[in-house]
Amino acid sequence: MYDPNNWRSSIGQTRLQKRAILLRRIREFFWQQGVMEVDTQLLSLASISDPHIEVLTTRAKCQGQEQTYYLQTSPEFAMKRLLCSGSGDIYQLGKVFRAEEQSRRHGIEFTMLEWYRLGLDQWQLMAEIEALLVYICAGVFAGADVSNVDVSKNVSKNSALRCEYKSYAEAFQTYVGINPFTATLANLQQLAHKQTGFGLSESNRDTLLELLFSTLIEPKIGLVQPCFIHSYPASQGAFAKVNAYTQADDHTQTDSRDQPTAARFELYWRGMELANGYDELTDAAEQAKRMTQETQLRENAAKLARQTDHRLVAALEAGLPACSGVALGVDRLLMVLTDSQHIDEVVPFGADQV
Amino acid sequence: MAISASDMRNGAKVMIDGDPCAVLDNEHVKPGKGQAFNRLKLRNLKSGRVWERTFKSGDSMEAADVMDTDMEYLYTDGEFWHFMATDGSFEQHAADATAVGDNVKWLKEQEKYVITLYNGAPLAITPPNFIELEVTETDPGLKGDTANGGSKPATLVTGATVRVPLFINIGEVLRIDTRTGEYVSRATGK
Repeated sequence: MYDPNNWRSSIGQTRLQKRAILLRRIREFFWQQGVMEVDTQLLSLASISDPHIEVLTTRAKCQGQEQTYYLQTSPEFAMKRLLCSGSGDIYQLGKVFRAEEQSRRHGIEFTMLEWYRLGLDQWQLMAEIEALLVYICAGVFAGADVSNVDVSKNVSKNSALRCEYKSYAEAFQTYVGINPFTATLANLQQLAHKQTGFGLSESNRDTLLELLFSTLIEPKIGLVQPCFIHSYPASQGAFAKVNAYTQADDHTQTDSRDQPTAARFELYWRGMELANGYDELTDAAEQAKRMTQETQLRENAAKLARQTDHRLVAALEAGLPACSGVALGVDRLLMVLTDSQHIDEVVPFGADQV
Repeated sequence: MAISASDMRNGAKVMIDGDPCAVLDNEHVKPGKGQAFNRLKLRNLKSGRVWERTFKSGDSMEAADVMDTDMEYLYTDGEFWHFMATDGSFEQHAADATAVGDNVKWLKEQEKYVITLYNGAPLAITPPNFIELEVTETDPGLKGDTANGGSKPATLVTGATVRVPLFINIGEVLRIDTRTGEYVSRATGK
């Protein structure tokens, strides 16, 4: 497996340059917006409680004591502690780690862009993401920067980038033909089973909805222009405020107007999830409650226990200013911009080459 | 032995709904915030049916006691087709009509086949990609017509019927691609 001769980067000079342009454009954009760059530590003494994400750890001796450090899965908690410390608008561009299966779209180490904007709601933040994408595309596709720029098939120089917006309910109505808020469990089980062979024994609605989303919706949205999915069920809210959905642009789902939704959104482009954002939860008690629930889920599933990040809860108690935040997968964005099929094609060294 | 869905490599053999299946592809599916899945592409080794099925990443399946062995075809007694291992053990196995299936038309004595054993009994046989067989019946050859188009049916010694060029005669040995059932060339006479 470890072949000493396999030392040369295989991504090629053009992609390496495009990667550099992408990183530079991101920094330029936030410089112009007056958002400060921060670089919180990759290693932390506490970690996330998410039941579905596994974390890489490392150990080191510190003044004679063995200490476990968690590699960050996203800089979210550290950045929120900075926000609570009074940092103002901040962004971070760097490496994050997840102990996951490596595949076409997943690496155990990848590059994430995460940022927080005080006083912006999720709609304003989505607009800023769109502006960032426009700014990046102008750079990555500009002939002045690199020779042989292969303009993406889908967003050409002539058709301006313009994001689409769909609510979670609308997406299900269009591509699955059901209302995700009111469909019965039996209905979801049948549908999932029919589409994937899995589902009849699953009693968790959200698991079934996520499977249907991945199978039937994800491959069909954002095929040309990037597509925002917003107004998730409250039960899939993670760290989002609940019931912030007030936009009147949801034509199809009058019923779901009364359903509790979370101020969470995702960005999809060319069949891939690129970003996940929230109008951030600022309520410390609610945050603590969700973390306890997640820890319980991990325990029930006999998953590895981790040190809960109580410092985040303490920081929220001191006060997180109203803000929205989003994390964006930079390698995946570069895949889209360079028409690459595998994440290994856009990083300096592929998974088996590091 | 149980294998979890996330650990299944291509080529792994597992029991699904009571049948032995081979994993042809395994795609990791991870929704933004939720449970991870594995979308497996499977081949049922009994029926040959290929289909896709999704599993939770943590779910595990029993490994199937399936083994591929090289064996030489010996003879048929009308009910069973008899094979012998070429690994020096001289172990013999009798395959029934279900295991032999359509491949009966490619069975030639002393030729080597891959026999898939399931719980020690032949489940399926795979002929070599190319096989050399004698023509037993075809219309007389057209002399000189070696280049341009035109084909005719020919029956081979195993009973298989293939389309061959017009210049082929009875008694000639032909190289056939068993995957497509197509004529490749005249045998090189090895």
